[in-house]
Amino acid sequence: MSITPTRREFMLGEGSGTGSGGQNLHVGVGPAHPAMHGIIRIATELDGEYIRKADVEIGYLHRAFEKDCEVGGYNNAIPYTDRLNYVSPLINNFAYASAVEKLLGIEVTERCKFIRTAMSEISRICDHLTCVGASAMELGAFTVFLYMIKAREFLWELVEDVTGARLTISYGRVGGVKADLPDGFATKVGHAFKQTREVLDEVHRLLTGNRIFMDRMIGVGTLSREDTIAWGITGPLLRAAGVPYDVRRAQPHWAYDRVEFEVPTQKDGDNYSRYLVRMAEMEQAMRIAEQALERMPGGPVNVDFEGRPLDPASYVDQGKQGKTEGLLLVPIRLSPNLQGQSRGALQQVNAADKRVVLPPKENAYGSIEGLMNHFMLIMEGYGIRPPQGEAYFASEGANGELGFYVISDGSDRPYRVRCRPPCLPPVAALPKMIENEMVADLIPTFGSVNMIGGELDR
Amino acid sequence: MAVLDRLRERLGPAVVETHEHRGDATAVIERGALLETLQLCRDEPDLAFEVLMDLTAADYSRFPGREDGPRFEVVYHLYSITHNHRVRLKVRVDEDDAVVPSATGLWPIANWLEREVWDMFGVRFSDHPNLRRLLLYEEFVGHPLRKDYPINRRQPLIGPQT
Repeated sequence: MSITPTRREFMLGEGSGTGSGGQNLHVGVGPAHPAMHGIIRIATELDGEYIRKADVEIGYLHRAFEKDCEVGGYNNAIPYTDRLNYVSPLINNFAYASAVEKLLGIEVTERCKFIRTAMSEISRICDHLTCVGASAMELGAFTVFLYMIKAREFLWELVEDVTGARLTISYGRVGGVKADLPDGFATKVGHAFKQTREVLDEVHRLLTGNRIFMDRMIGVGTLSREDTIAWGITGPLLRAAGVPYDVRRAQPHWAYDRVEFEVPTQKDGDNYSRYLVRMAEMEQAMRIAEQALERMPGGPVNVDFEGRPLDPASYVDQGKQGKTEGLLLVPIRLSPNLQGQSRGALQQVNAADKRVVLPPKENAYGSIEGLMNHFMLIMEGYGIRPPQGEAYFASEGANGELGFYVISDGSDRPYRVRCRPPCLPPVAALPKMIENEMVADLIPTFGSVNMIGGELDR
Repeated sequence: MAVLDRLRERLGPAVVETHEHRGDATAVIERGALLETLQLCRDEPDLAFEVLMDLTAADYSRFPGREDGPRFEVVYHLYSITHNHRVRLKVRVDEDDAVVPSATGLWPIANWLEREVWDMFGVRFSDHPNLRRLLLYEEFVGHPLRKDYPINRRQPLIGPQT
């Protein structure tokens, strides 16, 4: 026995735990613990307040995403991808659609690439806001959470404006997107970003130099550069460990090679570095989105028509009566539900490939070719039919590399869809991050991992 | 592509076939040479695939033209941060001998990814330290991503059998 007290004695009082009968305490955290965002169970073995061993159990939110994809057509999987990372669903939509496009060997239009880029970045900000806000709240900074949720609201209004929904947006399509951007979208984005920047500035002043926050975050949950790579961790956690790997920079997809941005990195690989990386990335994401909206090409719009816009009902009537001459060129007044889906708008945002992209509604109702085209894509047994083969498409999700590996057997259904979930590796490495740290440090570490049940459990 | 040439040169007959469909370099490897290949990919300076990006499998029992062939393919997606290139490695195994050597010794993340493959496909990994199901629970019957697992099957703990 040494005379200086052991760390354990220091924590628990003299003489405690020095006998041979010491026993570790098993405590299960979760699956329904408020700090376990979503549902996940961490079985811990405690020695005093120190976690000696941890075992993570996942799968509580398993919904058979990959199996479900195999039973429907290629576009039928889009709503399922919304529910993978439900904080930034747009990125999932686009990544899946791009994987199928790679399999088909088609290119989407320039305008579509810029829309995907801008919308992905707006999603990324939503994701980072949620992650930083929630982990700050768990450390007691409730104000930050409220501010960040307020900022997220501004961005979700943008998402709602474009997609018609807030969370389950289903906006991506194989070969394009559902609809063109609404009028005046860039202005609205400008307003929302201005307010978001104000919030980020406030949060910086509240947290970045905050003694309590720093004490809880610096040096906690550290993972070395080598470990991070060996565990296959990508995204903000990898960049926080000093590796500037970002799919947007390394293998630019969509329009990322035509916008300027920086890849923020930190050196320490602890929770505070992850926080700083996420805060810096939000600013970069806004830069990318602004540039993408500014440089977005118009693309050809067919305007060579005569006559006034029709309402859809009389358009269909005319078609039924056989008065089809010139009908294809007449623009119709679309219901607000179909905003951005007029023929001109769809031609701008969708690939010109009839084997993949649904025809505009004017064509489907106004011409036999359009109707047949629609039929061939919608009816069971037809649909999009990529040639036999396989493709892996990687994009930068909010948590890291989001990959889709799609195998086609030549039929209208994907033979196999595999989603590489970006938050599975850090959750797998979580025991390594929290073991031999204190129980209270589990919370910020788990928050910085940004576990999203939807994509973790699929 | 340089990566595939390099693999063929180093491994010779262990590389069963290669292709580059849609620009993805892919090599099918003999099972016996798998660990050697993975290690080579990771440690060889001009390959330097430090990251095991993904490990999954596919059941080819309903794939046109491959119904008789080896049923499963275990698929490794590797990425090199140093050289910014990717490769896809595959191992084919039969249903009655669905065992692949575990890569946990090379990459710790293989632990969970292999557990998921075992969970979903019933492919075993020899020398795996803890081959439990990952996403599903122990009482689950069957391996749901196999093509002969019907999508509407009920499980004993969840609802009445149909």
